[in-house]
Order: sequence, then C-alpha cells, then structure tokens
Amino acid sequence: MKMRHPLAHARGLGSAKSGTSHWWGQRVTALLLIPLVIWMLYVVIVYAGQPFQVIQTFFRQTINSILAILLVLTMLRHAQLGMQVVIEDYVHSQPLETILQLLVKLFAFAGAVTGVLAVIRLAVQ
Amino acid sequence: MATEKNTPERHQRPISPFMIGPYYKPQLSSILSIAHRASGVFLSVFGSALLIYWLVALSQGAQAYQAAMLWLVSIPGMLLLATLCFAIYYHFFNGIRHLIWDTGRMLKIEQANRSAIFVLSGSFIASVLTIATVGGWL
Repeated sequence: MKMRHPLAHARGLGSAKSGTSHWWGQRVTALLLIPLVIWMLYVVIVYAGQPFQVIQTFFRQTINSILAILLVLTMLRHAQLGMQVVIEDYVHSQPLETILQLLVKLFAFAGAVTGVLAVIRLAVQ
Repeated sequence: MATEKNTPERHQRPISPFMIGPYYKPQLSSILSIAHRASGVFLSVFGSALLIYWLVALSQGAQAYQAAMLWLVSIPGMLLLATLCFAIYYHFFNGIRHLIWDTGRMLKIEQANRSAIFVLSGSFIASVLTIATVGGWL
C-alpha cells in the first residue's frame, strides 16, 4: 500500500523539501568548472611569472574578464555546496553546524563580490 | 585493546564516515573518496582565497602587486602553491571520474581501481610538469 500523498510524489521534494537541487547544482557547477579550470591553469602557467603590464593587458580583454568572473562565481558556488555537505556530515553539534553553514555562505558571498569587483577594477584601470 | 575495538558497545557503534581504520579495511576506492573531500575542503579554503587574493593584488596596480606576490616565492609560499597544484589536478581528475560514475558507467570494481590509478598518476605527472614549467626548469 502506498502511504505517500500523490502531491508529495509529484512535487518530488523529499523530506528535506529541496529535492535534487543541491546534488544537481554540484554537478552543473562541476561541469562548468572543467573548461574554466583548464583556462585558469593556462593563465597561471603562462602569466604567473610575467610582469604586471603583461597580465594587465591580458585581463583588459573582455573575454578574459568574463571568464575570470565566471570562474570566481562558479568555483565559490561549487565550494559552498561541497563545504555544506562536509559540515552536514561531520559537525554533529547543531548550534556549531548552523554557525559554520552561515559562515561558509557569508565567505562565499563576500569572496564573490570581492573577486568580481577586482576583475572589473583590473579591466578599467 | 584489539578485542575492544573489534566488538564495539551496542550503543556506541561507529558512524559511517569514521569506519575506515579499525572496522573497515582501507581500500583504493575509500581512500580516494575521502581524499576527494579533503582536497575539496583544502581548495575551498586556500584555493579560492588565493585566487581572489591574486585578482585583488592585480587590481591594486603594479607596485602593490609586486609587494603582494613576494611571500609566494618564500619556502612556505611555494609549499602552499605546490600542494594547491596537486590538489587542483587531483580534484579535477577525480571529479571527472565521479561525473562519469554519475552517468552509470565505469562502476565495476576493476574499472574503478583502474581509473583510481589513472587519476593518481595523472595528477602526479600533471603536477610535476606544471611545477617544472612554472619554475622554468623545462
């Protein structure tokens, strides 16, 4: 006998009320990060030792600003989703867990704002 | 001591993430799995921090940038960069391994062990090549 309400089945949100959104978000950001990380490794390997002006010229190109912003945002979202699961799994004190989850989100958000602002300043300076 | 560990009290059974060790034999699959998490946490904390630090340093102009980069060529700085380098490659290759698993492929034990060796050797070789290239030894 099926005890579950058909509406709950149709919504497909499960007991945590968030469905597959976390799992799916982790995979989508992972897929996006494949090309972005290859680009980042290329930038670091080719430009890390170069003089400031060479790096500046590189980041003044719009395509590179766009890729840098996408990298920062995708990486921080992927990191926040991953850290969330690690904290859920290993931190067993409820108050500490809540504080850590909020701190991770705060750092990810602050990091995103800082990183995007830096890329914009770099592009227009 | 050994018998105590092998027969945990009825109400003090180990919880799954802490099974590796006295209760469960370490295997390639479990070690790579926990290493994926460990590298993910390491990259989340130090990797994203250093990426944003680099972008902010660049946005401050030539002199500030040069000053901000100085500590990275010290011994602790270079150790951090080398560890980050290996962590990135490992998490990258093993992440692709996980994405392939998510499609239902390569899940047989022999296949998983083979891809584990591939991930480990791939990240080691890529790290050595990257460090050699950036260090200018190639």
